[in-house]
Amino acid sequence: MSAGTQAPLSAGPLTTSIRAGERGGARSRRPTPRLLVTALVLTVVAIGATFLLDPYRNYQFALIAATFCATAGLTLLIGLTGQLSLGHAALMAAGGYGYALTANALTEAGIDGVPRFVLSLAGAVAASGLLGLLLGLAAARLKGPYLSGVTLVLVIALPAFTAVFSGVLRGDQGVQIAYDGVPELLRTIIAVEQWQAWVAILVAAVFVTWLAALRNGSAGLRMRAVRDDETAARLQGVRAGRVKVLAFTASSITAGAGGAVLCFVTQSVSPGAYTLAFSLLLVVAVVIGGLGSLLGAFLGSIVIVMLPWLIQTATGALDLSADAAQRLTGNLPVLVFGVLLIVVTAAWPGGIRGALPKRPRRGATSAPTEEPSTTSAAAPIPTTTER
Amino acid sequence: MSHARPRSAPRRTVAAVAAASALLVAMSACSTPSGGDPAEAAPGVTDDTVTIGTHQPLTGPAAAGYSSISAATTAYFAYLNENGGVNGRTIEYLVKDDGYNPANTQTVVRELVQDDEVFAILNGLGTPTHTSVLDYLNQNEVPDLFVASGSTNWNQPEKYPWTFGFNADYVTEAEALAQYADDEFAGKSVCVLGQDDDFGDEFIEGLENVLGEGSLASVQRYSVSNQDVVAQIGAMQAAGCEVNMLATVNGFTALAIGTAAKLGYQAQWMSSSSGGDAVTLAGFLGDAAPLLLEGFVTTNYLPYAPGNEWDDLFRQINDEYNDGAPFDGNTVFGMSVGYLFAEALAKAGDTPTRQGIVDAIQSGDLVGNGLVPLAFGADSHAAYKGVSITTVADGVQDFIGVTYVSDGSGGVEPYDGEAVPLENDGVPTS
Repeated sequence: MSAGTQAPLSAGPLTTSIRAGERGGARSRRPTPRLLVTALVLTVVAIGATFLLDPYRNYQFALIAATFCATAGLTLLIGLTGQLSLGHAALMAAGGYGYALTANALTEAGIDGVPRFVLSLAGAVAASGLLGLLLGLAAARLKGPYLSGVTLVLVIALPAFTAVFSGVLRGDQGVQIAYDGVPELLRTIIAVEQWQAWVAILVAAVFVTWLAALRNGSAGLRMRAVRDDETAARLQGVRAGRVKVLAFTASSITAGAGGAVLCFVTQSVSPGAYTLAFSLLLVVAVVIGGLGSLLGAFLGSIVIVMLPWLIQTATGALDLSADAAQRLTGNLPVLVFGVLLIVVTAAWPGGIRGALPKRPRRGATSAPTEEPSTTSAAAPIPTTTER
Repeated sequence: MSHARPRSAPRRTVAAVAAASALLVAMSACSTPSGGDPAEAAPGVTDDTVTIGTHQPLTGPAAAGYSSISAATTAYFAYLNENGGVNGRTIEYLVKDDGYNPANTQTVVRELVQDDEVFAILNGLGTPTHTSVLDYLNQNEVPDLFVASGSTNWNQPEKYPWTFGFNADYVTEAEALAQYADDEFAGKSVCVLGQDDDFGDEFIEGLENVLGEGSLASVQRYSVSNQDVVAQIGAMQAAGCEVNMLATVNGFTALAIGTAAKLGYQAQWMSSSSGGDAVTLAGFLGDAAPLLLEGFVTTNYLPYAPGNEWDDLFRQINDEYNDGAPFDGNTVFGMSVGYLFAEALAKAGDTPTRQGIVDAIQSGDLVGNGLVPLAFGADSHAAYKGVSITTVADGVQDFIGVTYVSDGSGGVEPYDGEAVPLENDGVPTS
């Protein structure tokens, strides 16, 4: 790892910060309505796509959308500020519990339908945002492995935490919530899984668009400045600590929204859904997809949701003995993820995103500047640790 | 370059919106809910097969105690299919692993219902796991038959008309154990270690129904995700507990007994049938098992007893269709589930429908193969009405002839009715 990062360490900061300035400058001139139009078009396309899918595929689509909320936040956190969080599953869980507890309180108060959903989502955002803010305050003072350690503890402590407060959080069994059916108006047109996919897509669209706006605006520029050279950024009047806390909180909020969507889709939240393995898979998703790229985060989400299912289907098709199949089901996906991670990072250090054909408007001239940026984005952790 | 952007973007946008709208219009029929044609065959039913599915812990913390159940059910169905199946249809049993994790259960059950289009879910295992799909299955009107858990949640015909339990419920079971403890070990201090969910809650409720509220000297809880009960067992030892009730899954029954042995703490152990299979426990406890399990008390409502005719048949099926896997209480449990389903399917008639099989169970005509009668009826979705006490003597777990059924008012009464006899070699006929 060190050999690969030496060059960008010396050459990276200068080129990337200039580049970041260029891009940020260009982006800030780009009017926000364009972002909104893009978001709207993609959302409409995604919702249109749900009509092509059968119910189970729509359920998987909803899972992808929920995961995307979390990976989008994570990819920007790692890619833009260089803060590596291994505990995003715990932040999703915070959102899930926030959603479930608010929803149950509202159900008891006799509120249901859209108001219940919106208020519960607000509860989810509040819970994960608050946790993220607290973590972010710690995170701004920690670097590299120490920060990763803190976030890792969070996800490992989750089952114990839910067990200790089992009066409210119901231990391993988790919290169940009332079922939200398809609204009366749409009941004849769409099935419940498709409705859930719609809700998941809409929530993901809102939160990811917000992240994209944040990235494209001056906050994003400051984040890149802090990532590339914290001292230089401070000298320019950027309050590095505040920028990092903001990034962590924003990232937590979107993770929480993802947890809320998962809770909405499955009508329950339990610590078993947010294991350490899942938390690490979120990191795998953003690395495979390409750090710092929202499209990459989406592709990564597809991979981590669909791959275990594909592998299971494939092993099911093979005529294995029950014992061998049983041993494979749990372990094969882990193995494949490991191999995939190695292959992707070896072949395309920028992730799948980097392997996709470049958009025509980038043109040939942008290629040289693209290189250092992706390299430094792919290895932001050493950059920050060594300062 | 900057000039090219504003010009190309709207065009692309327009094209994308147009394409998306076209998709919406053209495909709007694809995922639309169907009206449900009554003449159409039920999902999972063809002229010669019925496909059903289940969620089981084949991996994870509960696997070692329960993964043999679905294998036994599969073996029974293989035996049944070879003997003509039910009404000319063979039964295909799809087993999915959920690792005893509610989050996985939700995924695999959706897969079974939507992707594999099963006729029914049979014997989904676990209280926390199955609770998480209870609403889903009932919303989708999928028969949710004979859940492998004694939670009273399954017995809510008004709220969950499609769900039926299999185990004797935990409240009744705890009442029976408490009654037995009160008779046999009068005056000793009784404590409980319960799983941190509805399983533990209901078991404790049953104990207190008989022994009185606040009569338990120590109430300890554990969570499945934490494989360490030293704190709980230590607290029980400190509280001077002499009779320890366990609302634990097999792995944790063994863990509790093993931990106590390591602490040099001797007590009378009494466990729910869910975690009381001596052969399975011996597998966990290793060489010390005969010593540690001697005198161990649990309950059962199924004919798992040396020399019983059902037991003999199941042993034979186990040898022939299950590669002679170790024969234990789980094997009898799994095969009994298979038998009860076959009986229900046979009663559902020549063209089984989802409503039809529910009606057949609610008719109250099912007898099963238990030691006590089934409680199924129009307003009861609970299965076995009571339990029989078993003890381990000289390493053999067997009934001692003490059987209780619920008296319906927070207590149990002795039961001396006959067990269900074996008929037609365990192949139900309609």
